Amino acid sequence: MEPVSGESGSERGYLAERGWRSWAYTMDHKRIGLMYLLTTIAFFFIGGVFALLLRLELLSPQAKYFSNHTYNVFFTLHGAMMIFLFIIPAIPSGLGNFFIPMQLGARDVAFPRLNLASYWIFVAGFLVVIASLVSPMDTGWTFYTPYSAKTGAAVATLSFGIFLIGMSSILTGLNFIVTIHKLRAPGMTWHRMPLFIWGMYATSIIQVVATPVVGVTFLLLAMERLLGVVFFDPAKGGDPVLFQHFFWFYSHPVVYVMILPAMGIVSEVIPVFSRKPIFGYKAIAYSSLAIAFIGFLVWGHHMFTSGMSPLANALFSFLTFFVAVPTAVKVFNWIATLYKGSITFESPMLYALTFIGLFIIGGLTGPFLGALATDVQLHDTYFVVAHFHYTMMGGTVMGFFAGLHYWFPKMTGRMLNEKVARIAWALVVVGFNVTFFTMFIAGVRGMPRRYAEYLPRFHAENVISTAGAFLLAIGILVLFWNLWQGLRKGARAPGNPWRALSLEWQTASPPDTENFHEIPEVTDWPYGYGKPKGPAA
Amino acid sequence: MSAPQDGHNDPAVAFEAAKLGVWTFLATEVLLFGALFTAYTVYRAKFPELFQAEHLKLNRILGTLNTVVLLTSSLTVVLGVDAIRRGKARLLQLYYGATVLLGGAFLCVKYIEWTEEFHHGLFPDTNIFFSLYFMMTGLHGIHVFLGMCVLTYVVVLAGRGRLSADYTTPVEMSGLYWHFVDLVWIYLLPLLYLIG
Repeated sequence: MEPVSGESGSERGYLAERGWRSWAYTMDHKRIGLMYLLTTIAFFFIGGVFALLLRLELLSPQAKYFSNHTYNVFFTLHGAMMIFLFIIPAIPSGLGNFFIPMQLGARDVAFPRLNLASYWIFVAGFLVVIASLVSPMDTGWTFYTPYSAKTGAAVATLSFGIFLIGMSSILTGLNFIVTIHKLRAPGMTWHRMPLFIWGMYATSIIQVVATPVVGVTFLLLAMERLLGVVFFDPAKGGDPVLFQHFFWFYSHPVVYVMILPAMGIVSEVIPVFSRKPIFGYKAIAYSSLAIAFIGFLVWGHHMFTSGMSPLANALFSFLTFFVAVPTAVKVFNWIATLYKGSITFESPMLYALTFIGLFIIGGLTGPFLGALATDVQLHDTYFVVAHFHYTMMGGTVMGFFAGLHYWFPKMTGRMLNEKVARIAWALVVVGFNVTFFTMFIAGVRGMPRRYAEYLPRFHAENVISTAGAFLLAIGILVLFWNLWQGLRKGARAPGNPWRALSLEWQTASPPDTENFHEIPEVTDWPYGYGKPKGPAA
Repeated sequence: MSAPQDGHNDPAVAFEAAKLGVWTFLATEVLLFGALFTAYTVYRAKFPELFQAEHLKLNRILGTLNTVVLLTSSLTVVLGVDAIRRGKARLLQLYYGATVLLGGAFLCVKYIEWTEEFHHGLFPDTNIFFSLYFMMTGLHGIHVFLGMCVLTYVVVLAGRGRLSADYTTPVEMSGLYWHFVDLVWIYLLPLLYLIG
């Protein structure tokens, strides 16, 4: 943190203590959350540079700047870093760590020491991932066998790194589950918990249940390379499709690890800036659990073209449509919350509304791919790339930005420059849509993903998309420059600048190490906006 | 139910939290082994004759001996938990020490088995049955070793006088973990040694 002159220690709250030891050995969930945030944002930038390099290459139909192999390495690193080092940990381990105990009215998570261990295991994990760059991966982030068992890249090293990152993810999820069960403030019943907590609870369950499976899968892959076990080797009776089943048993549920926390943030921001009670609290809360549960039963839709039985295909297709239902329940409830609200458009709200719009596009293009007939046509085209960027970037990253802007005053004790924040938002939204909407069009017209070269008839789409990508990058740079400026010289933030009702706002900004002077007594849900004090629904 | 004021300092809440944490952790362990059990199911259904023929090459006598060793170690763990609940830290050390020794005996027998198999030219890359056998027993062996480390730590804690009838959390939690490791073996034995 940048020191601010003329400031007494007490005003800096939990940030008062200085020196690297006060960070490296801290058991304060707020500091650990901040360390996660900074680490994951660093990887967001690195992953983003790889994305820009890919877009640069795609400016021309022929491979111009890098070899095909280099292109393969770049899209693998872009995918693997964005997924494992940014989007999975950013909201849960970063913002979640900071705000779960605060929203619950607790002094810390249930196991603070385990929390710190989880961060350092994460660091060990990404150091191993970086070590694997001596012979960088070129398999795509999905590590499909048999190629991943044979390529000269450092697959075993990278697998080990991701195993460690997965372990950190499991421990964090476990910590949150226990915290939510055992450390709620007096009077905070399950139905008085903020919806961010419900989202994080569902997320943690997925992390705990799904991650061990991918851990073993990467272990088997590494052992296939090191000891020659034959699980996935068809020459000796193994089955590469089993690898895909194992991989997607984790990697599909994990997209809900990415999206559910963002949905939680949106559920917090929308009522605050509409000055209206959230509509359908229980529907939103339980739809998170429903998504987590059904999300475990749909992994096969990544494998419709891999040669599963027609019955399995049909079942997975049906279940995929089914998971769209609780997702739509959330969207309708947010829109109903907005209806007749006193809406103001501060930057957190802008990002939350953007989330809804982009996520509807990303979400509705999902069933195109879940339907068997259209999936055979669209599989491995840019339509898929566009679809998951609309959900992951248009959804999760917008939710993450909403959370960053919403909670920035609480985390740092500083206000952001609202004008610059809105300029950044406009650049991000325009840049994002120019980049990725064109990919839908290219995909429907048949452009396959993961090639450095393409047919000249896709040239126009790719030039537009690359232009959009650089616009998006500028927007993101402005956004983070604004955060940096806010940190250095933003106006002092009051305890509760948004007049919000959840517990994290009922204490100083930044909070003290203990979070609350006295543990609050909860008598009501946190969404009683816009009406005189009285019993809420 | 919500936590009383200052949940962290309340020993009852801390115990409940630890218990929920360990059970959740065991759930992740079930999933970890679950993937291997799934692979086992898939391949056994695909190659029934291979599994029948290959499993006869395993040493059933040593496998059974190891089962007896591990079941006995679960008994000593239970006796250890019972001891500390009655406040007898010295007795706990004895029982948990015995458990660690039994765990060590298990690993020694496993070492003998693996050596024998290597001598007969049976390796992880021999075929899918032995891939499964070495991965499952290997992963289980690692868990036994980690369990021994945890139990040793509990013995040390007891030696420092940190455990009593009022504070049994580390004893009970490490005991739960040891039972789980035991239970995995109870499934491994029939699946690998007793196909018939």
